Amino acid sequence: MDRLLLVMTGTSVALIGIILFSIRRAHIRVEYSVSWLGAAVSLLLLSRSHWLMVHLAAAVGISYPPLAILLVVLSLFLIVLYRFSMVISDLKDSNIALAQKLAIVEFQVQSIHEERQKTSS
Amino acid sequence: MIKPHGPDSLLILIPAYNEEGAVAGVVRGVRAVVPNIQVLVADDCSLDATRDLAIAAGARVLSLPHHLGLGGCVQAGYKMAYDLGFQYVIRVDGDGQHDPKFIPQIFEALKSSNCQMVIGSRFINGEGEHTSFMRGLGILFFRSVLWLIMEHPVHDPTSGFVGVNREALAVFSKSFPLEYPEIEALVVLQRRAFRFVEVPVVMRKRAAGKSSITKLKSVYYILHVLLGVFVNILKFEGRRRRR
Repeated sequence: MDRLLLVMTGTSVALIGIILFSIRRAHIRVEYSVSWLGAAVSLLLLSRSHWLMVHLAAAVGISYPPLAILLVVLSLFLIVLYRFSMVISDLKDSNIALAQKLAIVEFQVQSIHEERQKTSS
Repeated sequence: MIKPHGPDSLLILIPAYNEEGAVAGVVRGVRAVVPNIQVLVADDCSLDATRDLAIAAGARVLSLPHHLGLGGCVQAGYKMAYDLGFQYVIRVDGDGQHDPKFIPQIFEALKSSNCQMVIGSRFINGEGEHTSFMRGLGILFFRSVLWLIMEHPVHDPTSGFVGVNREALAVFSKSFPLEYPEIEALVVLQRRAFRFVEVPVVMRKRAAGKSSITKLKSVYYILHVLLGVFVNILKFEGRRRRR
């Protein structure tokens, strides 16, 4: 059990490190790192707090406490994935609207150019 | 410059993606039937000469900067028509399946029926080129689903040969399904208590190219459209109006 908890602690610390590094290198925007940092910090707290882990396991009816942490981790990452699905959908909608707007504006600019050419010739 | 003329201004919208084999014929066919009506080809970032051939055939071309899919492409045309003030838009597919000689019937029905949408249906008179057995089964399935939702029959729910008036344009320019839009679009209108009517048309074989819906994709199509229909029923915002 101790080894499993150590692996979880190591994983959470590594995840926090990777996220902070990515923010610093501007690979991830700050607003999208919050979900990951939240998940990683929760994992770190649960793996280092025996009291929290035991109480959580008792609350959800799991006899082997480290499994409770895995359940929490899974739930947190599902929430993160759900949030990112929303972000991607929002980005796709914006992207489509922008592409349509760009096409319409380009069409209108082209039409104005053609009309000017007609009137000047 | 494309501009609406008169109180019954009509725009013919031709969505096209990689239709170099057919688009010029479609544009010429439309211009022969309705010579004074403006024709807009919405080019969904084709990789072939669709755009150039459409221009050469006498159409104006709205060029999308990247591929959006049929729904995004049609919606771009609807948005432009709505912004410019057109009263009616009739969509004719760029693959040559829709015979332009039926445009006047659809236009007449749009003006006289008091409906927001007119669908060119290949199953009212039962004439002309129909569809494959599997696709026929799919159409039958969606007919049954839509009958339950719409409370009256839709003979040809997958027809893209449709005309819409300005009320429908206002709705579609804001909300239009992205992929496989025909069936979901009917539900979008139904949720706003808009009405539609079907007029008989004869569909032809594709002039060139292949349908994007392969056998494998047809399963995805059915699931996608069913989910889209369900979502559109759920996501209606505001109060439904009865007419």
